Amino acid sequence: MAQTKFIKKESLSAWLEELGQDHEVLAPRFEGDSIIFRPYDSEKGFFIDREATAPPKKAIFPQSETLLEYSQIKDMENLSKIAMDVKETIPTTSYVVFGNRPCDARGFTMFDRVYLNGEKVDVYYKARRENTYFITLSCEKGEATCFCNAVGSGPSDPSGSDLLMTPVKDGYYIESVSKRGEELLKSSLLTDGSKMKAEADKYKKAANASMNKAPDFTGSPEKLLAVFDNGAFWEEMSDKCISCGACTYLCPTCYCFNITDEANGLKGTRIRSWDNCMSAQFTSEASGHNPRPAKANRLKNRVGHKFSYYPDLHGGVISCCGCGRCIKSCPVGVDIRQIVLSAIAYKPATKKEA
Amino acid sequence: MQNLKDLKEQIRKALPELDVVIGWTGGYDPLHATPHFIRRDEDIDKLQVNALCVHNLATYLPALRGKKVGIVVKGCDSRSVVELLQENLIDRAGVTIFGFGCNGVVDQTKIRRIVGDVGNIDSCEISGSDVTVSASGAEHKLPLGDVLADKCATCRYPNAVLSDHFAGEEVTTTATFEDGYKDVVEFEEKPVEEKFGFWLKEMDRCIRCYACRNACPLCVCRDHCVAQSRDPHWLSQEAHVRDKWMFQVIHAYHLAGRCTECGECQRACPVDIPILLFKKKMNKEIKEVFDYEAGIDPEATPPLMTFKTEEDKIRERKW
Repeated sequence: MAQTKFIKKESLSAWLEELGQDHEVLAPRFEGDSIIFRPYDSEKGFFIDREATAPPKKAIFPQSETLLEYSQIKDMENLSKIAMDVKETIPTTSYVVFGNRPCDARGFTMFDRVYLNGEKVDVYYKARRENTYFITLSCEKGEATCFCNAVGSGPSDPSGSDLLMTPVKDGYYIESVSKRGEELLKSSLLTDGSKMKAEADKYKKAANASMNKAPDFTGSPEKLLAVFDNGAFWEEMSDKCISCGACTYLCPTCYCFNITDEANGLKGTRIRSWDNCMSAQFTSEASGHNPRPAKANRLKNRVGHKFSYYPDLHGGVISCCGCGRCIKSCPVGVDIRQIVLSAIAYKPATKKEA
Repeated sequence: MQNLKDLKEQIRKALPELDVVIGWTGGYDPLHATPHFIRRDEDIDKLQVNALCVHNLATYLPALRGKKVGIVVKGCDSRSVVELLQENLIDRAGVTIFGFGCNGVVDQTKIRRIVGDVGNIDSCEISGSDVTVSASGAEHKLPLGDVLADKCATCRYPNAVLSDHFAGEEVTTTATFEDGYKDVVEFEEKPVEEKFGFWLKEMDRCIRCYACRNACPLCVCRDHCVAQSRDPHWLSQEAHVRDKWMFQVIHAYHLAGRCTECGECQRACPVDIPILLFKKKMNKEIKEVFDYEAGIDPEATPPLMTFKTEEDKIRERKW
């Protein structure tokens, strides 16, 4: 049975301070004109009134993380002999992500199928995943770019979260979603919340009703495959794309990476860093051949991966949480919804009779 | 709007001879426009030209070389087209330029600062000197001057500097070169530590997406960028502010004397880093040393693409 609590609005900071004793707390706050997740700082506060500009992806999948540290040790008796000293660096920090939206937390469930539940377990991902808690805030309403309701989610979807907070009068109703989420509910700042359930349910219902009509992505896996070889279709779809990586790096469900060695003399680190399929180097082969030479090939992969190849491998689940950041922050307004819908609606031109 | 009507007419006449004409149309909500690729007659009807048409479409031209391309340009965008011609990155015969006089475009960040939640825009009306934005049921009347991009407030080239077709009336301006660099002068006067501290703080939230580079019409190395080259290894793949900052410095140097200050780098930045300041600083220096401005004269050679044994204003001897 899920635990239900209540916290006063003015007690949130104190709660974060308490959580900060055992975990590193990441909370969104304004930095310049953007809302970014940063280690919580009581002086700088937090801002949870809107979806953050960038998701809290770095908690579990940092932009750059050290996989191992190495040093080469030369044998002074035989200089052609070099020993390697290698240290694995499994992360141990425990994070609490606070004030993320349901789409942000659900995004990681897409990672889990790949990094935890596949044939191989990614030990770095596993360590971070197990050490990160999500205290998610239900959304009050959808934005024009939001389409979580089209990918099997919604403004108060608890998937991937440990706790779900819903605004009620003077504070927040908090439900435990996972068993381990209950560990975070021991604070004396939290009181019994069972009486607020009805109010929270009403809030969630209103949020669901506020969402724009969900675009219908039914059939996207096969429809996208049907236009796979249609160069003209993809060229038109990618006309305005400038092939930057903003959409992928802001995406809570994009998980591709690159591995490089950053050497400094005889020492160095092997790092894993975000990579993105919009970049020409992404599929550039050692021979010099690049199977995805143009932006049309690259955008096709991005859309295809999320709405066709991933669902085919993972029981029909679309690898998109509908957060809309790829649309909102695209420098040229590429709209992934339109591309998928165009593929679904595509009908080959009928040949004119001679 | 007269120039929109004229533009549509001009494009309609020219389209049969062209593969595509690039303009703008409405975006995902009434506050946003988006680039629009016109291939068919019916696409012309969707053309939009107003203060929301921020994108510099010249960025698409080098990749379309070899095709017959029409492009709709504001004054600043036309300078990028001229610069691309100067550098022989596009062919004059392959480009048909549809120019008009621009009264400025909005800075979405400034609108967001005032309106706050722009997630649910009901409508956006631009009339004369006002922008009226309705968001989540509340109406905000914003003086256009408060939300214009900084570059527009000091624009000296509101009319296309080069065009095959010009729509509507020319726009007059009294701005001077100095007007456009007051922010740079102000920044220069700060102590070095403060300046460096500013950049460390701003660059720290860079996500290395390179939208700044890909939106830039003069950033033409693209797939061979130093940012991702392993050999030479200029930048690591770390998410360190040192590498992020280094990239912007390289970017600015590559653009010195070539940048037309369209501001697309900054506009494209998803986390609002004020990177145009880097480029403006370089341009101010270029003006001082070479008395040169990028993208004005199709016949000119940018100063860093030529060589003189004795530069007029660079003392190489007798220091």
